[in-house]
Parts: sequence; structure tokens; C-alpha cells
Amino acid sequence: MTSIDSAASATGPGFSSQLLEASSRRYGEKAIGVFLAACAVLSVAVTTAIVVSLLVPTIDFFRQVSFEAFFLDTTWAPRQATSRFGVWPIVVGTLNVVFWALLVAIPVGLASAIYLSEYASARARKTIKPVLEVLAGIPTVAIGLFAFFAMRPAAAALLPFLDWSSLWSVGVAGVAVGLMTVPLVASISDDAMRAVPAALREGGYGLGATKLKVSLRIVFPAAISGIIASIVLAGSRAVGETMVVLIAAGRTPALTVDPTRSVQTMTAYIAGTATGDIPTGTLDYNTIFAVGTLLFAATLVLNLVAIRLVRRFREVYE
Amino acid sequence: MAADPITPTTGRTRLATTGARRATEAALMSANGRDRLIGMVFQALLLLGLSVALFMLAALLVWSLVEGAPRLGPELITNGPSTVRPAEAGFRTAILGTLLVVGGVVAVIVPVGVGAAIYLEEYANRDRWLNRLIELNIQNLAGVPSIVFGILGLAFIVRGPLNLGFVAAAGSLTLALLVLPTVIIAAREAIRAVPPSIREGSLALGATRWQTIRRQTLPAAMPGVLTGVILAVARATGEAAPLLLVGAVTFVTFNPNFFEGGYSTLPVQIFNYSNRAQDEFRVLAMAGVIVMLGLVLLMNSFAVWLRNRFERSW
Repeated sequence: MTSIDSAASATGPGFSSQLLEASSRRYGEKAIGVFLAACAVLSVAVTTAIVVSLLVPTIDFFRQVSFEAFFLDTTWAPRQATSRFGVWPIVVGTLNVVFWALLVAIPVGLASAIYLSEYASARARKTIKPVLEVLAGIPTVAIGLFAFFAMRPAAAALLPFLDWSSLWSVGVAGVAVGLMTVPLVASISDDAMRAVPAALREGGYGLGATKLKVSLRIVFPAAISGIIASIVLAGSRAVGETMVVLIAAGRTPALTVDPTRSVQTMTAYIAGTATGDIPTGTLDYNTIFAVGTLLFAATLVLNLVAIRLVRRFREVYE
Repeated sequence: MAADPITPTTGRTRLATTGARRATEAALMSANGRDRLIGMVFQALLLLGLSVALFMLAALLVWSLVEGAPRLGPELITNGPSTVRPAEAGFRTAILGTLLVVGGVVAVIVPVGVGAAIYLEEYANRDRWLNRLIELNIQNLAGVPSIVFGILGLAFIVRGPLNLGFVAAAGSLTLALLVLPTVIIAAREAIRAVPPSIREGSLALGATRWQTIRRQTLPAAMPGVLTGVILAVARATGEAAPLLLVGAVTFVTFNPNFFEGGYSTLPVQIFNYSNRAQDEFRVLAMAGVIVMLGLVLLMNSFAVWLRNRFERSW
């Protein structure tokens, strides 16, 4: 700032040390700078507020319920007469959703990314990318209803040998969440693969490699940190997705790996329980926050891993 | 020694070049056979993957239209909600609630989001730990599940320090915090894309830092900033999960007020209707989905159009 000021005044007549200082104090400029900095710091305040508002009731929760009862029990029945707080059924419910989501998002997302970055013409890219962005912008309530009313009956018709007696199905919900995260995987992986320098591809072609080999053996490995980051982020999205699992996976806590069964996820528990006016400080209220803390911690770890990986590919090639 | 490599004259070099050509042709020939087939199969698989995603999108849109069509009409928007008469119930209060909530979101995210982006791009010194912390923090906040923002809203805005109660303002603030990282990240990209020469020119003419930002940098970055804001607003319009925690589930038959009384929004009202057993409510919910998708897709495509229209390389 000072160097720019002095450079500007140096061009003026009568170059003297007095002119090197701003002609007025410019309190307005300073105030604006402070306001802008405050806006940026607000984001840190939000994170702090999240952590504080999660931790305080969580500590209360663990005063009433022991760590063993939370992490070692396998029954989740927090609102029963004899409450049990074993968190595993809802954790496994979430993992079920993540598993089915990634099973869809990884192949579909990566196929889309490789096609967009290596095969598609510039014109095809220009049409397909916005369409994928539209898919990313569909409200999750709509996806949940589609999964529940359209995809579940379709799956039951396609796979009649499975037991579809339950109205809710974790497999269908997971697949729907997976489709929802396809644009995320496709767009980050596409960015990572396009950041691979053309010289690497040309080297491959120069040695006589086919397009397939260049794509899979040169570009894909060179972009691997970005590709893994996209998958980790999709996992994080699947862990945190609420409406789709609330509508399509149901609210029955169950330790199961059966895709046609109903399960409760961590997010569905929070959304299902906190709907309605729960008095502050009760065990019900604190349980929501304990589960929320677990959810926040899980996504925080996944996000930090993904941010690290994305930085790595940016550092190497950009 | 100095012979032209393209037109070799001596017998030995000619032998070498034909050998090289043979080898290359042999390598390329194999690509014409088996490898070409494998390549085509691979490309077909890639296209299959892509079309799965596009097909699901098309199926969702068509299915919502077909399911909700019987209830499409002006009374869908003008009628209030009802738990007993699904044939006449509409989304008036929910749509008004959405407008209130989203209006509040815009009022918060535009100054704060753009302000934070300007600070990070134009003022912040990257080497200072505080600024690096802010950057990392914004990237992480963008990935925090929306329901966690609902918990924050419940503990911090509805109750706790702000104590607003279950009102539209609380929902608005909760959603604003949720979409703020999106706005900041998009606005930063847009501001970064403005070439330094524009700033330097302005500063060299004697403009102050803020004058330069307000009259040069921001106008040049405006399309990108707007795109980010519209995408964030679209997301806030369709978001339901955090609002479940901050009071939007109340069944309101009266027009909502920003600072007092219950409120609901379009996606939450859709969720409520879809929970009811009768088929009429399901059709009503799907008609609501059409309205919501129409709104959200309109905003999204406007944002994409805006970006493509004003995309320029300096």
C-alpha cells in the first residue's frame, strides 16, 4: 500500500517527503478494510459457534450416558422407557448409505469425468457440463421423493427375488444419494485430469500408446490425488445427506447390511427427533447434539483429507 | 554426417529409416485390430456411465411432471395448506415463507460473502496464519452437512445467544450461514480472474484501494459474483433439512411474518404433504415439486447462462 502511494505521488510536481504521505488520513478506507476483515473472520466465528453449540450439550450427554453405553452397546433406542444409547445401528445405517452411494458414484462419476476430459469434443463438454450442474442443483427433497415413489418400485420390479416387504430401502436411498453426488465426482475428477499437462499425453502417444492406455495409464494415475479427493468428498456428502435418507431409508434403527431393509442414519435421527419443540437440556435434546458431534467429526476428517489431496494436484501441475 | 534426416542418401540410413517405419506401423497396426475394439468398448462404457446420470435426471423431471400434473393450476399457488382437504390445499403460505426466508438470505450473503471474498483476495496477506486459517475454514465449512447448520441454528439462533425463537428470521440466518461459503468461494474466483493490470492502472491514476475495488475490480468481477450468489440462492430455496430443526415444520395457515409467528417453506411443506397417507397428498406434494424444480432450475440455468455470457479472457 505504502509503496503504491509513494509511487503515485512521486509523479506529481514538487516531489517532497511531505507528499509521500496520504493527503488525508482516509479513515473511511481503514473502516472499510476493517469491515471486510470482519466479514472474513465471521466464517471462523461460525465454525467456532458450531463447535461450541455441539460440544456443550454433548458434554452434558456424556454426564448422563457413559462412553461405553454409547460406543459399545449395539441397541439404539433413545426415546424408549428403558433407553439404550448404543450408537452402532445408526452409524452402520450411515455406512450402508455411503457404501451404496459410492458404488454408484465412483463408476458413473469417473466414467463421466474420463469421457469429458479425454474423449468429448469441446462442444460436447460445453453442453454436458451445465446439464450435470443442473443435476447437482436438484433439491434433495425431490430426489428423496423420486427414490421412494419411483426408484423403489422400479427396483422391486427389476429384482423380484429380493424381499421387498419393507416400505423403505437403504439400498435404493444409497443409490439415489450416489446419483446425486455424481456431478461432484465428475467435476472434481475432470478438473484434476485436465490439469495433467498435455506433454504427458503426447509422450504416451509418441510411444505408440492408444487413447485408452493414455487415459487409464497416464492421465488417470497422474490425476489420482484429485480423483481420490472427489471420492472422499462424495463420501462426506453421503454421510451428511439428510432428506433423501429420511424419505427413502426410513427411521428404523437396525444393524443390517440388507439393502432392502429400512435403517436409520445419524442425519435421519437428528432430523426426525429435532422436528418439534424439544425442551433445552433434556436427555432427548442432548442426544441430538451427541450424534451431531459424531457426524461433524466424521465429515470434518473427510473434508480435511479431500482439501489436502486437491491442494496436492494443484501444487504439482498448476 | 550432415545429411538431411528426412531424405537419407546412404544405404545404411535408408535401411534404418525403413526399419523404424516398419516398427511404428506395426505398433499402429495392432491399434487397428484388437486394441481398437477394446478402445471402442471402453468409450462405450464411458458413454454408458455418463448416460446413466443424464437418464436419471431426465427420468426425475419427467416423472415429477407426470405425477404432479393433475394438481397444477393457479389454486396451487393461491390456496393455503390444509390437512383435511388435499384437493383444495395449496402452497401459498409456504411460497411466501420461502420468499421471506430467501430474501433474508440474500440480504446477508451479498454484503458478507462479497466482503469476505474482497478481503481474502485484495487485502489479506497469505503468509499470515489467520488468513490461512480463514481459507481452510471456508473450504471446510463448504463441506459441513446442512443438518449440522440446523443444529447450530437451533442452539445458537433459535435458542441460546440470539434467542430469536422459531421464526422465519432464524431460518433465514441458518440458511445464510449454510450457503455463505459457496458465495465466498465463487466471488473469490471471480475477483481473482480480474487481471492485476486493471488494479495497477487505477492505483497509478491516484485512486485509493477502495475506489479501485469499487469502480474497477468489482464491476469487472460482477458476472462471476452474481453467478455465485444465484447458485447459493437456488440452493437455499431447495434446502429442507436444516429448516426442520429451526421451526419450518409448523403448519401455518396464515401468511408468515419475518420476526414473529410460525413459518414454513416450499421444500418443507412438500416433505410434510408427502408424509401423509392419502394419495391426493402425494399428488399435491409432486405438484409442489414441479413448482420448486421450476424455481430452482430457472435460477440455476440463469446462473449458468450468465457465466457463459460474460465469460471473457483478458
